[in-house]
Amino acid sequence: MAGKTLYDKLWEAHLVTQREDGSALIYIDRQIIHEVTSPQAFEGLRLAGRQPWRTSASVATIDHNVPTTPFKSAADIADDTSRIQVQTLQDNTREFGITEFGIGDVRQGIVHVMAPEQGAVVPGMTVVCGDSHTSTNGALACLAHGIGTSEVEHVLATQTLVAKKMNNMRVSVEGELGAGVTAKDVVLHIIGVIGTAGGTGYALEFAGSAMRSLSMEGRMTVCNMAIEAGARAGMVAVDDVTIDYVKGRPFAPQGADWDKAEAYWRTLVSDADARFDEEVNIDAADIKPQVSWGTSPEMVVPVDANLPDPAAESDEVKRSGMTRAYEYMGLTPGMPVTDIKVDRVFIGSCTNSRIEDLRAAAEVAKGRQKAGSVKQVLVVPGSGLVKQQAEKEGLDKVFVEAGFEWREPGCSMCLAMNPDRLEAGEHCASTSNRNFEGRQGNGGRTHLVSPAMAAAAAVAGHFVDIRELDQA
Amino acid sequence: MEKFVRHDGLVAPLDRANVDTDQIIPKQFLKSIKRTGFGPNLFDEWRYLDEGSPGQDNSVRPVNKDFVLNLPAFQGASVLITRRNFGCGSSREHAPWALMDFGFKAIIAPSFADIFYNNCFKNGLLPIVLSEDNVEALFQAVNGKEGYRLTIDLEGQQVIPESGAALPFEIDEFRKHCLLNGLDEIGLTLNEADAIRAYEKGRMEREPWVFADH
Repeated sequence: MAGKTLYDKLWEAHLVTQREDGSALIYIDRQIIHEVTSPQAFEGLRLAGRQPWRTSASVATIDHNVPTTPFKSAADIADDTSRIQVQTLQDNTREFGITEFGIGDVRQGIVHVMAPEQGAVVPGMTVVCGDSHTSTNGALACLAHGIGTSEVEHVLATQTLVAKKMNNMRVSVEGELGAGVTAKDVVLHIIGVIGTAGGTGYALEFAGSAMRSLSMEGRMTVCNMAIEAGARAGMVAVDDVTIDYVKGRPFAPQGADWDKAEAYWRTLVSDADARFDEEVNIDAADIKPQVSWGTSPEMVVPVDANLPDPAAESDEVKRSGMTRAYEYMGLTPGMPVTDIKVDRVFIGSCTNSRIEDLRAAAEVAKGRQKAGSVKQVLVVPGSGLVKQQAEKEGLDKVFVEAGFEWREPGCSMCLAMNPDRLEAGEHCASTSNRNFEGRQGNGGRTHLVSPAMAAAAAVAGHFVDIRELDQA
Repeated sequence: MEKFVRHDGLVAPLDRANVDTDQIIPKQFLKSIKRTGFGPNLFDEWRYLDEGSPGQDNSVRPVNKDFVLNLPAFQGASVLITRRNFGCGSSREHAPWALMDFGFKAIIAPSFADIFYNNCFKNGLLPIVLSEDNVEALFQAVNGKEGYRLTIDLEGQQVIPESGAALPFEIDEFRKHCLLNGLDEIGLTLNEADAIRAYEKGRMEREPWVFADH
């Protein structure tokens, strides 16, 4: 009999009932809640007269709507509808007895930064949130994925989800990553290879020596964008890096429980003889710093390339998508990536707002200046604790001296639900995860890059190859 | 949830691949704390020439006359045909809410993004996967005849065109059952409360830290 994959093990450990029709009930260990996708779920509970199954399973915070300029209470949020959502979450969590890291709490931050940081997510858990980037948490060897609001309500009421087992896919990145090549470049490259729907229906395990060489922060960046490859869940097996990361965090097990937990967690790896339905092998040496040029994350190229020619694309649906993307982005096939000028730069989001990301951006910004043609560079830490750590290291000063803006934690310009946004036609070097039309503001043009590449574009005014900047 | 058994409706063609949830319902409309009222802002950036904001009077906004759903021929459409990977992007259930609020009952495409696909079923919206060839044939049929309609027979799992052979589709048994009967999934799951409690007991012994209070 073939061995089990990490996903098989996580699935089996959470199976409550397997039904004859192929669906199953799986147990959910942790639900993370934010203000945008939860109000209708709490309302549903109230209307049906139901109570949460287990309040300690949930942890909430505010992130999507919050301003990144300082504010002291919900009343300080200028936008009426944003304020109502922030206030509604506070009211709902109080009514139902759920822990919330709200306004003024140093633990407040982006859901997928806050949860691992607190140890609220540990290996072996099932983790859900009404947010597609919940896959981030799979970096801790969890089964973590986004759900809709009806499912948020279902999990609150029953602590389970009705699910169907996904297929197994493994993406192995072997070898050593080149200088200037980061976790973000790895995942953008992977999406470029398998496509934006390549992982649909799969649980995606990231493996190989290059993945193991990444820090937890880097692994979270990779798993974060599994959804951009179509996979609801991305994950990485447990190793020393995982164990070291979790140890000592506020929610993490302690004492005798810790030893028991560690022993179990060490088994959360795919067996050597495990069978995957799909395997993708990537040579780390092939990965260069990446820049997305279009309106889908699969429209991505190495920074030293020229933009692709739609005429060379044989698939008609893809070709028309490319043509439309060129029109929206205001770019021309064949032009060098480094000729694309940027108007604004955004460093942040659940993809790249952790301390390691800020350090990488600061390293580039240090002793340099924002280009005069760049209107704004926003640096938005992922949580209050990330902000605190960055300030302890003096990174905030580096950014401010370079002409960047140092902000309060939140989702910010990744999806522009708060006041941080692009104007129509502006190009943005962004460390976020989606380059969809209008995502960062109506008519805005997003280019997805790593934090170092974003900082380099900020100082140059256009995209530059970070590897050449290093030599300068 | 409203039942879905059989539906006959006017078909609208949205000839794009990878239609993402930011296009289906842009982020500024996610600030609502309700499930209804998203219809007027479905595909907002394509339907209107200005930038939409929540709560405004949409009837006075400049309309993009070229956008398919604004064409007179497709007013009242309740079946949408579109291209591969429809609904990619975020988990926002506001996307199916907006489609339903607009009047759509079924979406036909060669493939859907997982989370969107799943969210549809929670709301009585039926996503139907047909082959690329069949979808292409439907596009040609819709473009070739004004007022083109389709009948969707969920019980028989088939899309019935005005002429020609019915197109069978696959659907999960459990989802079909819930749609046909308009069932409340939470209520169904709570019928298994004993099994959930028994499972929890075992896990608490093996992994007590998962259940710690904080």
